[in-house]
Amino acid sequence: MGESAQTRSGKGQVIVWGAVLAAVLALALAQPQFPGLKAYPAEWTLPVTDWLNAGMDSFVGVFKPAFRALSAIMEYPLDWFSGFLGWLPWSVGLVVAVMIGHRAGRWPLAAFTFCALVYILLMGLWPDTMNSLALVAVSVPLAVALGFALGVWGFHSPRVERFLTPLMDITQTVPAFAYLLPILILFGFGPVVGLIAGIIFAFPPMVKNTIVGLREVPSDIIESGLMSGATKGQLFFLVRCRAGLRQILLGVNQTTMAALNMIIVASIIGGSEDIGWRVLSTLRKAEFGESLVAGIVIALMAMVLDRITYGLATRAPDMAPPRGFAQRHRFALMVLGAAVLAYLAARAFPALHTWPQDWTFDPSGPLNTGIETFVLWAKPLLDSVKNFIIFTLVLPLKIGLVNVVGPFTWGFTATIWHALGYAALVVFGAGYAMSRGRTGLAIAVMAFGLILFFGLTNLTWPGASLLLIWFGYRSGGMRLAQWTTAAMVFMLLTGSYEKAVLSVQLCALAVVVSFMIGTALGILAAESDRFSRILRPINDTLQTMPVFVLLIPVIMIFKIGEFSALLAIILYAVVAPIRYSEYGLRHVPKDVIEAATSMGATRSQLLWRVKVPLAMPNIMLGLNQAIMFGISMLVITALVGTDELGQIIYIGLSKGNFGIGFLAGIAMAVIALLADQFCRAWQRRIDAKLEGAS
Amino acid sequence: MPGPVKLSCRNLWKVYGPDPARFFVGSSEGPDALAQKMRAGGHMPAAIDAGFDVHVGETFVIMGLSGSGKSTVIRCLSRLIEPDHGQVLLDGEDLLAKSAQELIEIRRHKLGMVFQNFGLLPHLNVIENIAFPLRLQGLTSAQQRDRASHVIDLVGLKGREHSYPSQLSGGQQQRVGIARSLAVEPELWLLDEPFSALDPLIRRQMQDEFLRIQRVLKKSIVFITHDFMEALRIADRMAIMRDGRIVQIGTPEELILNPADDYVAQFTGEVPRIKILRAHQCAVAIANRPEGLPQVGPDDRMEGLLPKLAASPAGLDVVGQGGAYLGTVTATSLVETLGRIEGAGPVPVAHG
Ligand SMILES: Nc1ncnc2c1ncn2[C@@H]1O[C@H](COP(=O)(O)OP(=O)(O)OP(=O)(O)O)[C@@H](O)[C@H]1O
Ligand SMILES: [Mg+2]
Repeated sequence: MGESAQTRSGKGQVIVWGAVLAAVLALALAQPQFPGLKAYPAEWTLPVTDWLNAGMDSFVGVFKPAFRALSAIMEYPLDWFSGFLGWLPWSVGLVVAVMIGHRAGRWPLAAFTFCALVYILLMGLWPDTMNSLALVAVSVPLAVALGFALGVWGFHSPRVERFLTPLMDITQTVPAFAYLLPILILFGFGPVVGLIAGIIFAFPPMVKNTIVGLREVPSDIIESGLMSGATKGQLFFLVRCRAGLRQILLGVNQTTMAALNMIIVASIIGGSEDIGWRVLSTLRKAEFGESLVAGIVIALMAMVLDRITYGLATRAPDMAPPRGFAQRHRFALMVLGAAVLAYLAARAFPALHTWPQDWTFDPSGPLNTGIETFVLWAKPLLDSVKNFIIFTLVLPLKIGLVNVVGPFTWGFTATIWHALGYAALVVFGAGYAMSRGRTGLAIAVMAFGLILFFGLTNLTWPGASLLLIWFGYRSGGMRLAQWTTAAMVFMLLTGSYEKAVLSVQLCALAVVVSFMIGTALGILAAESDRFSRILRPINDTLQTMPVFVLLIPVIMIFKIGEFSALLAIILYAVVAPIRYSEYGLRHVPKDVIEAATSMGATRSQLLWRVKVPLAMPNIMLGLNQAIMFGISMLVITALVGTDELGQIIYIGLSKGNFGIGFLAGIAMAVIALLADQFCRAWQRRIDAKLEGAS
Repeated sequence: MPGPVKLSCRNLWKVYGPDPARFFVGSSEGPDALAQKMRAGGHMPAAIDAGFDVHVGETFVIMGLSGSGKSTVIRCLSRLIEPDHGQVLLDGEDLLAKSAQELIEIRRHKLGMVFQNFGLLPHLNVIENIAFPLRLQGLTSAQQRDRASHVIDLVGLKGREHSYPSQLSGGQQQRVGIARSLAVEPELWLLDEPFSALDPLIRRQMQDEFLRIQRVLKKSIVFITHDFMEALRIADRMAIMRDGRIVQIGTPEELILNPADDYVAQFTGEVPRIKILRAHQCAVAIANRPEGLPQVGPDDRMEGLLPKLAASPAGLDVVGQGGAYLGTVTATSLVETLGRIEGAGPVPVAHG
């Protein structure tokens, strides 16, 4: 009975899908006659931008003095710190950093820290690096303090936690650039903007880790603290915080990385002589050698900060019996002693104070020539790869094969026969899938055939809405359909629809590619330990790198444009699917694998029939993460000239128009949240399937 | 001869669910009826009308199946869980009436507790963990060290003072837990399944260790276990719990020989009877016995006497206080007694 009911609903489903696709097709065909179909009529939008600007104006009118005062207060520690770091002889900085590196990760990390700093010195970028470091050094403690305080509050009060969680999700999905303008307006121009942006962007991981760390202290430990006669305060500080400290320190690590990332991004507003600004300004002047040299500094700085904070968080305690003051504070005293010695040495030898100009070395000239030669030499190959991908993937998805195919792109003029042939191919593919009982696949073939033919931008807004809402309903029921409808209404009413389609087009393409590449690599890594070992440091590097840096090599080779944006997003988003699929495959229960092996499964059967299906929940998490990473990178790629919401945010920022920038930011957050909802719905279906099967 | 009462627990109730206090205003039903009413209303009575006394120097064991409410009761005794009804008298003073401040003082000086999963602080090494309660009291570090190293000797952890919990085996970690609970020299010692997380061999070794420590310190103890053999080894008296209710209290022998119901009998059924037989229960008077048979006390356990009996086939003389001859244990009399009680159901308990 259940069987027949299912087939019946399956049939009904196919009929509705057919109707929906037919309607989309009809609308797309009718679109040239009715201009109102393609672009949502401007008369029907709400002037949200004006409202936002007006709201901001009145807000600024009232609160500006308060924010400016806050900004002035913040400038004190910042000035003091950058003054201090600027005054500090490089030799002292080097000695202290290497010693901390040794403490956090023994000799390997000490050596790495040393090499990284020497590179910075050799390139003559020490002062710029110190300016960025000052921003990090001031924003991290503030973000940590804020995050810890909120975390403790959230831990004690479930009501506060319920309020904090969505707030933090939003601060992390609204693209980084979208913060910058309101901060700029409220706090005024200057390095303080980077500081505030860093704090806002970096405190959420601290809150999360604090709550988790405090909550997950085992009840036995809490009870043993109580039975030891702890007062409330002792219980909290000496027992709970200390037992959860590792998790809390991991929060510090994540906060540091987020702050660094944001500070680098914030240098886009200029006015600071920091390392992010150096990368950006040279990139704009197409001085690739210089920007590569400075980009490597950022990457090194990120890696050193990451390894050191991570190492300190997870460090095993010393075995030695601590005795007096000197022994308990041995490390601090040693660092202090070494710093004083280095300082005295720097007083004696000025070369140890300020790195002499003629010890520096500027490889950017030869680098530039090298890059140019390489690009010239590889141009035919690179161009053909680029054109191939643009003409077969990027453009069809955007404006449709019907508009792309032509003598210059595909080498022939499209006729009605080509179109009919294409339609026949799609229908045949769908029919074949149908005959094998794969209804879902058949529908997917039809839908993609349709989209590729007309292009996302030509689907017409009623058609696209219909398709997406129905897809939402099929994936996640009424709730997701409502979500989708709300998102569509938002996009249309605020006039963000067209740009949003372009964002989705670019991001979806990049995410699909990186999901496929990443999952494939993850499967390989799960099957081969050697490959996994090779891949791991590359992943770590890609992930700790501030997003900005990824742009450099891409632009160097492919120049600015949509293709570079695509590549940069793929580079950034590929890590998550690699990690999640490898993790999922490696954590398939042992007994299942043994059972399958004993049944005589070959290696490939084992992989495709057993491991991959069981790892599906994790693989899907990889997709979810890839989407989130893709969207956050999308904004950054606005710098290389894209044409979507990210660009609008960027324009809003550079023109000082709060409304349009912020609106575009919210629109991107809406896309991200909706994508997240879709992923969760698919995830639930997969979980249900796995549960039902077992 | 039991000493004075150290801890007395009377009509103790703990009920999970919203507003349990209302069940106790003006209710006249018996505890079972009341518990039934609570369950019907969706509440979870985890401890129902629990009552027992622990005498000075006595080891009182509570046992029962998982979920029967053992942890709930022992936590109510120290107010880690706030009971909803009843009294807990320590030296005659009601603990439930104490203020938060007084309670902290009592925990600091009179109570010690050992936990199933050890509850050690991961960031402190052995000696710091053990000295932690002393540190909370504000003792100087010299005093802390003195008292901590004393208990470290007692539990046999000398040489591991500076290890961290993650570097210790389960048995060693629990030794730290025991040492920490003893560092404050408590009068009442609470242990919640202290050995359940350990392997059988280590568990046995820790039980011996526990008995040795108890012989030295003579604390008043409430000990929780779900292992009847463990209870048998260490209990002076014990209580059996089922679904929140104490169903029987008595010495292990009493429970084995006279189980109150099938539930208790299930626990005790598998215990080999030889483990509980005492010499006087197997003794028979023999008219013309040989001279110079080895002498044993009337309360000696037969299990421990087996080697002696093997070495002296003619029998063992059971001699009471003042050298009075009570009878002789022979292989035949032992087998007869075993045959009488094994499977024959309840037998009257003989007192020595
Ligand atoms: N916070 C709580 N809320 C609701 N019910 C609870 C709570 N804590 C315990 N219980 C219930 O109370 C009952 C007794 O729990 P308790 O922990 O005392 O059992 P136990 O005898 O110690 O079992 P174990 O041998 O597994 O430790 C259990 O049925 C448990 O589900
Ligand atoms: Mg328990």
